[in-house]
Amino acid sequence: MSAVLTIARLTVREAARRRVLWALAVLTVALLVLSGWGFSRLTGLDTEFGDLTSGQARLIASQLLNLVMFGLSLIAALGTAFLAGPTVSGEIESGMALSVMARPIRRTTLLLGKWLGLVAVGCGYVVVAGLAQFLVVRWAVGYWPPDPAGGLALLAAQTIVLLTLGLLLSSVISPMASGVVAVGLFGATWVAGIVGNVGQVLGNEGVERVGTVSRVLLPTDGLWRGAMHAFQDPSALATMGSEGAGFPFLSEAPLAVPYLLWALAWIALVWALTAVTLDRRDV
Amino acid sequence: MAAEDTRSAAELVADLPDSPAVWCSGLRKRYRRRTAVDGVSFAVGRGEVVGLLGPNGAGKTSVIKMLLGLVRADAGEVMVLGRPGSDPASRQRVGYLPELFRYQPWLTAAEVLALHARLAGVPMTGAEGRERLATVGLDGRAADRVGGFSKGMQQRLGLAVALVGRPELVVLDEPTSALDPIGRVDVRDLVLSLKARGVAVLLNSHLIGEVERVCDRVVILDQGRVAAAGTLAELLGRREVKLHLTGVDARAEARLRAAGEVSGGGDRFTVVLPAEDDGRSVPALVADLVALGVGVHAVEPARISLEERLLGILRAGHGPGEQR
Repeated sequence: MSAVLTIARLTVREAARRRVLWALAVLTVALLVLSGWGFSRLTGLDTEFGDLTSGQARLIASQLLNLVMFGLSLIAALGTAFLAGPTVSGEIESGMALSVMARPIRRTTLLLGKWLGLVAVGCGYVVVAGLAQFLVVRWAVGYWPPDPAGGLALLAAQTIVLLTLGLLLSSVISPMASGVVAVGLFGATWVAGIVGNVGQVLGNEGVERVGTVSRVLLPTDGLWRGAMHAFQDPSALATMGSEGAGFPFLSEAPLAVPYLLWALAWIALVWALTAVTLDRRDV
Repeated sequence: MAAEDTRSAAELVADLPDSPAVWCSGLRKRYRRRTAVDGVSFAVGRGEVVGLLGPNGAGKTSVIKMLLGLVRADAGEVMVLGRPGSDPASRQRVGYLPELFRYQPWLTAAEVLALHARLAGVPMTGAEGRERLATVGLDGRAADRVGGFSKGMQQRLGLAVALVGRPELVVLDEPTSALDPIGRVDVRDLVLSLKARGVAVLLNSHLIGEVERVCDRVVILDQGRVAAAGTLAELLGRREVKLHLTGVDARAEARLRAAGEVSGGGDRFTVVLPAEDDGRSVPALVADLVALGVGVHAVEPARISLEERLLGILRAGHGPGEQR
């Protein structure tokens, strides 16, 4: 177990020393400042329909919060995918893995350590940046999401899904390709989710199935929708009515337990596949 | 079934007093269509220094990686320090300097050593780490990031990493490839000091002179097979004597042939002495030649170098028409 923690600490230290954490911090502060300014302009906004009431402002704030949180989740996803991407294949290519793997440790120990390190970086980022964003919104418009802890947990789970995928890809393909493919799949699933929503609005089952299937194949979008539901104002859906179903930053229903279980099983499956691949790989 | 057999064999061997530091049998490895290693078997005894020699692509690094569990063998068995090679615990007391040496550039030299000590499960104080770095000529660089190290310094760091955890077996794959002449001497001294402490060393090097100086035994690989193996005395057993003579007649030539295989002609001859020569045959030969009226101008004893022997073995292994 101490070897697992040693590798996990090494992974976190790499993220810190390679200035990844700095880059994430700078991007996040920029996003927070921008969103703080934007949200503060919402109150007392003069629109063509007259002044916004505080209720309307909260409604808009809850949707804008989802939009900003999507930005944060994108930063977390890109960050972890590009951290996970080069980790295995890059270290094997450069020869850095040789002296470490020749130590009396199993390859699954190495994998678990790296995975835990990446989980710590990804989840730590999501929680800190997400909480900061909630505080900014509360300061600006007085809105506080109904289930902040649950939402952040789902957002963290989304990050874990993507970094687990990144690790699998990094044990089979080149470092650069694995980062690109992980981020590409993340984007494709999100778009497929929106296509599915459009299908639902139009009543086209075929198109609707695109979203459902993609959410099963890669649970990032499904978890993101669950997170959005936890962040948004409960009155939002009622106000938007059926038109809201097609809106990308509004989620109709909380996450179903079976789907959450599937997401966990998905992580375990992909992790096991990575372990088997790494165990068979020559370095 | 094979793993169980190996494990039970390991238990048997572990109880014996002198399980070799490394033992491998019938190692085979194919990379797609190319056979890299084809039935390699050898052993490194405890405290023994064994040199692994051979041309590029002979399979030396693949063999080393199979011994350390980095590459999966298609066939064959490996035992390291009395345990099957598939068991990570077999590498508990093994130090390794890879041919492709690279260490985390974002860590300092001291942190790299501390990392390897933790992975090896051995305690190491900061002072011990600094001392180890000083042994390989990196004193004063403990707090510097590895990213700023030259290749030679990284290889020195690799040597220090290989010495972490009081190893009983040290595997050095081309340990002097990036080192200057002083560094090479340092490596030679290091191997000799390991030998003096009873640490087994498996040394893969192209510098035959170094191998000749420090190794007890040599294993020569060619095209994935063991082309020759033995102690230096066994491999270099042939001794020669070069003679500059005048007035050589048929009787003198017959005397020369009686001493050993003769080559050359005119007034310069080379006689290959038998391995069991006790040192008396050369004076006896010279005395007989003088008695036969031959003018003896020079007698030069010569020993076949490991390099000549290696080239001889490798050339014999490839047909005359075969180009490499």
